[in-house]
Amino acid sequence: MIHVANLSKSYAKNTVLSIDQLDLQAGEIIGLVGNNGAGKTTFFSLLLDLIKPTTGCIENQGVQVDQSEAWKKETAAFIDENFLIGYLTAEEYFDFIAGLRGVSSSELEALLSQFHPFFNEEILGNKKYIRDYSKGNQKKIGIAAAFIGTPQLVILDEPFANLDPRAQMQLQKLLKHFNSEKGLSVMVSSHDLLHVSEVCQRILILNKGLLVKDARTSDITLDALRAFFSDERAEESEAS
Amino acid sequence: MLLTLFRLELKSIFRAPTWSQNLWMRILIVFAILYFALIFISLGVGAYFIIEKLELGEPFTVINRYILYYLGFDLIFRYMLQPMPVTDVQPLLYQPIPKNGVVHFSLLKTLYSFFNWSHLLLLIPLSIVLMTKGQQSLNTLIWAGGVYVLLLTNNYLNIIINQKTAIFIVAAILVGGTAGLQYFDLFDLTPFTQPLFSAIYAHPLSIAVPLLIALGSYLYAFSHFKAQMHLDTGLAKKTEKTIAIDQKYFERFGKLGLLLKNDVALIVRNKRARMAVFAGFFFIFYGLLFFTGAIEAYDGVYWRVFAGIFVTGGFLFSFGQYVPSWDSSYYSLLMTQNLTYVEYLKSKYTLIQVFTAFTTLLSSWYIVFGWDIFTYVLIGALYNMSVNAAIVLWGGAYVRTKIDLTSSKKAFGDKNAFNYKSLLLTLPKIALPVGLFALVDYFLGATAAKLSIVAISLIGLSLKPWIFRRVIAIYKKEKYQTLKAYRS
Repeated sequence: MIHVANLSKSYAKNTVLSIDQLDLQAGEIIGLVGNNGAGKTTFFSLLLDLIKPTTGCIENQGVQVDQSEAWKKETAAFIDENFLIGYLTAEEYFDFIAGLRGVSSSELEALLSQFHPFFNEEILGNKKYIRDYSKGNQKKIGIAAAFIGTPQLVILDEPFANLDPRAQMQLQKLLKHFNSEKGLSVMVSSHDLLHVSEVCQRILILNKGLLVKDARTSDITLDALRAFFSDERAEESEAS
Repeated sequence: MLLTLFRLELKSIFRAPTWSQNLWMRILIVFAILYFALIFISLGVGAYFIIEKLELGEPFTVINRYILYYLGFDLIFRYMLQPMPVTDVQPLLYQPIPKNGVVHFSLLKTLYSFFNWSHLLLLIPLSIVLMTKGQQSLNTLIWAGGVYVLLLTNNYLNIIINQKTAIFIVAAILVGGTAGLQYFDLFDLTPFTQPLFSAIYAHPLSIAVPLLIALGSYLYAFSHFKAQMHLDTGLAKKTEKTIAIDQKYFERFGKLGLLLKNDVALIVRNKRARMAVFAGFFFIFYGLLFFTGAIEAYDGVYWRVFAGIFVTGGFLFSFGQYVPSWDSSYYSLLMTQNLTYVEYLKSKYTLIQVFTAFTTLLSSWYIVFGWDIFTYVLIGALYNMSVNAAIVLWGGAYVRTKIDLTSSKKAFGDKNAFNYKSLLLTLPKIALPVGLFALVDYFLGATAAKLSIVAISLIGLSLKPWIFRRVIAIYKKEKYQTLKAYRS
């Protein structure tokens, strides 16, 4: 589904991301793990054509993302608050996205009903502008909106951060549900190895812009993952 | 401690986005400041001689009479334009700084605002002129000091007023009312207040009174602020009441309606956008300058075309030139959604047209000036709706200014939509129709000239798809830079 070739992004002489080759299959939940500055958000921004690659390209669903806009129909994302419209209420925002994606209001309602445990009664029916919600609740709104219109690929940057424990668990459940029932592909980034190893089928570890590990969750233990971020390991990769 | 805070403040000034953004902006700000400084200085130098020439009376007495209005209007201008000092206090609360220190600092730092030092540019030359005209030097200086202290009182009054709209309304009615009464020769308050100000000159010790007033206003502002230095009181983010928008009405227009509904919400629910619309609304009265013959220089008939365009184009200019910046806070979303540029442009285009039609309706009272005058309003509206609605979007495409919708940042530094390309596009927006009208009018008369505007409007309308393609090409070409500017 996603094909990356010779991709790199540099600012002045500082290369922040460099991936020679990477292929991601449809129907999987893929986790992107790394420290701050590892290049996770850069990769997502490139994938969404929000920044221009210095070299190489990304293909999403058969089209090169910076050449065609056809991928937008089947891809949805929540990266940060720049994806929210602060002066709308949560309902209006969902309606807006649904309208853009050609989803009827009954379909939207059916989808949102699946998110009720995730929302924990804090999102809907509040008569409050999104900009007045707390960061965590804003995140819930953005994440839910990314599922509207059953896209084939959903991209979520740090979805677990800022969520309360209950919502974190609910989100794991939802991701697994949409993945197994509807064959939805998901890409999530996270700082939290535990979440990633629980929900993802494939894990990519980025370090300082390089892809240092690409493993199936079934083949790698949590401890082995942790080892990648222990001090010795970090020093080792720094030396190399 | 104050020194540390002061250094922090310097950083916040020089690292402000408006400063670091671009050279043009800085030049523009400097020019604006120079412009106002020049006005103040020339007023300071000239006031005495103007009063003398107009034979209004003994200049110093006249000046003392009108100080009241100077103070009143200063307060109103401050209310409308001077930014409030409250922000950025929060991080200081967690530091080992006494609360009193923080409050004193944020109140004192307002003193170096343009709104305070600019008056010195007027008062100093004025005092010098007064002294050369035979006034006592020391007394004049004390008098000027007294007036300045009262202006500083305004600074703190403004802070208090800003918290309480009711007080502003009372103050505005008082100032406007006395000014109105005097204008219509009904009642003149100034002879009663004149001795108060003259007294400072005559009895220098009475400067104690304005000093005490200033101190009082400072202390009042201080206690008011200090009481509000909690996260859940003065510094609390207010949750707004939502303003409902009728969903059903827009639904019938499909995707266009969806986008239009958002734009309506944008305008209704955001301070910044509301201000732009209000500003546009006042353009309606702009025609009075031209159609009433109030200003001789505007008597040329082609000025009426100019007026017609401005009267009906208020919204177009004040809102349209910032498309797509209005959507800057969620531009990433729009760029990744299932939405084409044409759909996006079309919604903005429709919005501008609807508003222009609406302003035209509101301007229909110009018909009291006669049918001839009114036709200028109509052809202005026609040109706006057919040509300018598209061109203004073209100009906006060059503007990459992140707009913070929630703040109604008042200082003029905010108008950083300065771009020579969009400036160049004012030519077809205004100069072309006015020029064409003047030309045709010269050779064939006014009726033919009016018809020529109608003709060029129709030509312009047929160029719309071409203009849209240009705009989209710019959007695409500048996509990454625009996103970067909006996300920073």
